[in-house]
Amino acid sequence: MNENFHQWRKFKNTFMQVLTCACALVVVLPLALVFYHVLKSGIGSVNWAFFTQLPKPVGEVGGGMANAIVGTFVLLGLAALVGVPVGVLGGVYLSEYGAERLNWWIRFMADVLNGVPSIIWGMVVWGLMVVPMKGYSTWAGGVVLGLMMVPMIMRTTEEVLRLVPAGYREAALALGIAPWRTALQIVVRTALRGIVTGILLALARVSGETAPLLFTAFGNDFWTHRLRDPIAALPLQIFNYGISAYDDWHRQAWAGALVLLLMVAVVNVSVRVLTRERFAARA
Amino acid sequence: MNALPQAPELPPPVKPDTNAPPPPPAAQPGSAVPAISVKDLDVFFGSNQVLKRVTLDISAHAVTAIIGPSGCGKSTFLRSLNRMHELVPSARMQGRILLFGQDIYGRKVEPVVVRRRVGMVFQKSNPFPTMSIAENVTVGLRLNGVRNRKVLCERMEQALAMAALWDEVKDRLTAPAISLSGGQQQRLCIARALAVQPEVLLMDEPASALDPLATAKIEDLILELKKQYTIVIVTHNMQQAARISDQTAFFYLGELIEFGLTPKLFTHPSKKQTEDYVTGRFG
Amino acid sequence: MDLATDTRLFAKPQPAARRGAGDRGFKWLTLAMAVTVFVLIVLIGYELANGSNLSLRKFGWHFLFSSDWDPVSSQFGALPFIFGTLVTSAIALVIAVPLSLATAVYLTEIAPPWQRQILTLFIELLAAVPSVILGLWGIFVMVPWCREHLFSWLRRTLGFLPIFQGPIYGVSMLAGGIIIAIMILPIITSVSREILRSVPGLQREAAYALGATRWEATRIAVLSYARKGLFGAVILGLGRALGETMAVTMVIGNRPEIVKSLFAPGYTMASVIANEFTEATTDIYFSALFEIGLVLLGVTVLVNALAQLLLKTFAGPGVTPQN
Repeated sequence: MNENFHQWRKFKNTFMQVLTCACALVVVLPLALVFYHVLKSGIGSVNWAFFTQLPKPVGEVGGGMANAIVGTFVLLGLAALVGVPVGVLGGVYLSEYGAERLNWWIRFMADVLNGVPSIIWGMVVWGLMVVPMKGYSTWAGGVVLGLMMVPMIMRTTEEVLRLVPAGYREAALALGIAPWRTALQIVVRTALRGIVTGILLALARVSGETAPLLFTAFGNDFWTHRLRDPIAALPLQIFNYGISAYDDWHRQAWAGALVLLLMVAVVNVSVRVLTRERFAARA
Repeated sequence: MNALPQAPELPPPVKPDTNAPPPPPAAQPGSAVPAISVKDLDVFFGSNQVLKRVTLDISAHAVTAIIGPSGCGKSTFLRSLNRMHELVPSARMQGRILLFGQDIYGRKVEPVVVRRRVGMVFQKSNPFPTMSIAENVTVGLRLNGVRNRKVLCERMEQALAMAALWDEVKDRLTAPAISLSGGQQQRLCIARALAVQPEVLLMDEPASALDPLATAKIEDLILELKKQYTIVIVTHNMQQAARISDQTAFFYLGELIEFGLTPKLFTHPSKKQTEDYVTGRFG
Repeated sequence: MDLATDTRLFAKPQPAARRGAGDRGFKWLTLAMAVTVFVLIVLIGYELANGSNLSLRKFGWHFLFSSDWDPVSSQFGALPFIFGTLVTSAIALVIAVPLSLATAVYLTEIAPPWQRQILTLFIELLAAVPSVILGLWGIFVMVPWCREHLFSWLRRTLGFLPIFQGPIYGVSMLAGGIIIAIMILPIITSVSREILRSVPGLQREAAYALGATRWEATRIAVLSYARKGLFGAVILGLGRALGETMAVTMVIGNRPEIVKSLFAPGYTMASVIANEFTEATTDIYFSALFEIGLVLLGVTVLVNALAQLLLKTFAGPGVTPQN
């Protein structure tokens, strides 16, 4: 019996190792499938026309997503204008100033905000901007993405700033440099790479958001010339084309998905590579 | 009574009989079958050699102290006696270690079995916080398949009594283990190790994190325990080694410099390095 | 924090002479930026409460229990959407939690370093896939496959259960649940992994020293120790699942009905808002959608707050002994 029990323990050990490995593979499976299908279905349609042409009217074959691609970048630019200053400076406050209790609550609220569904953000900015402005606009789209970025950037900035050793601050202060200068020119500058990667990751996150744009930027079949007009965006276009009834639009939706997926994947992978360099250099 | 499962290769160990008269005091080095026999032990972590050609015999039913300055390899030596150094992936060893005549690094010998026969107590007490006092003591038995509640209770009481903790905790066996004081937790860890009835007990600076009163209790405990077990204790406290050990091994930079009866090693060491360390010229 | 590592410039009072106007100004500026989080929360709450005012007044509590969703006659009840959200989230958790926890265990306790790096990269990439792309893949790849293979197999083998009976369209509650599971796998896995990594090595050593196998050591020293944090990771995943919008909308079928079968189309709170907000014509319609948003917000905020509390207060039970 004793020998059998021992074998049973060994078996359990091996079994769990195999089981957990299998689960890890299952977790990775959807990623592989999605990448594969997006590549397979999109690669044929990502052509010059796709990048340069506007969408054709309903039912007509051809056209592209030029305005959607440009629109996404415009929205990201606006979002950065809103989200980066607020997020970074807020992160500076959390790391360099403040009382324990207040900071705890700020962090807690930021984490809660990070969990607010993106569609709710869309509704809120709709009420705040679209209704008074009596129409969907690029402003509204940029603002909603920017607001979503604020808690993200605040937390990543704070974390990165905390990693800067206390010694740097002390040395600067001992030299007589004013605290606010110390914070900006010494601490922030040291952590700049980390802050930038945090911003890039936040931008990558919101670049794929569709729900909040549904009732703020709304989408546009043409070029947008004024910021108070609705604007097309890549995820919006993918969604609208994807749920439509037209095969040609489906084809373009895959192409759009490929472009968006590559954008997001490239940012994520390069951020990882950059941060690994940073740690390697330090060690 | 449920017997603990035995490994396929190793014959059943000598079980201490609590009714037998105490064995003769302080074994001389080289007499009877040594509990542990180390021959030409080399230990490497990656390319770094941490122990060099260590050879010694640890006598049964005696306390052997391992002393030496920081970084001399004493902890590594201790851990090689129950194959715990293998938890580090880059660890490698050469040489032989015999436990009552059997090679614990033999090809078919599993670390799991060795560790049941050679128990360990750590520098910082580490009871399992989610378990009660009783559960902590019996966890080793339950892992080995002992289910009979009567047996578990008996063994638990025995182990706690041997660890000089029974009177203090008998009324609150279901209390969480972490509700005990530091010294009590360490004795709980000793009880936990004793419950599986090992033949050898390894102790890695067991009292270094404790106050003098708790330390004294542990030292008294060790002197009691050696009647039934073989004890190997690593300590940086030379007075402690002089107080409680029968034999002492002095390590320096990974080599065994001197090994002998404690009184002799401390008063008339043969090697100059030993004398320098023992008299405090370096350390 | 101890003095050596306290990074805050003004954790202790500074002599007044060193503070200039620049410092005060900067401090107030950054403070203002930091408290925007409070402002934003209030703004969100206010907007939603304001927007749902009409609906709250007209329907009261009945809103939460009625299945009547009829824009034409201006009758609105949120029950089908609440039901849909709960069911899809539950399915997602049932699928994702065991997979994620097992993967986290594999990554921290078992996998060799090179595997760890690759797997972590893949999981982060999966987290980065936008919801709409997963939805696209869902419509054109996953749903047809489910219709042809998975769902018919389920009906054949487990069809005695009412949840696996009924016509199979492909788009369904079950498809919604599966796709949400895929979306929440990365977050539960990575948070769980952090939790497991924070378990002190000394705990594992205690288990090994008693002669435990690797799995036994993981079970008694790591999983047991970390259970509060792991629970927090699961709740965090739930919070994410509740708010998931685009991918679900594309595969759930968008029909506001409460049916026992998981193969039937359904509708979630987030989906109905996404689909019908731009179509809403009357004030009461808007208000009803806002009220659904309010319910969704309330539930996700509560769940997320709970998760954050669990994760933040997890320092491991019993870090220091009482002397």
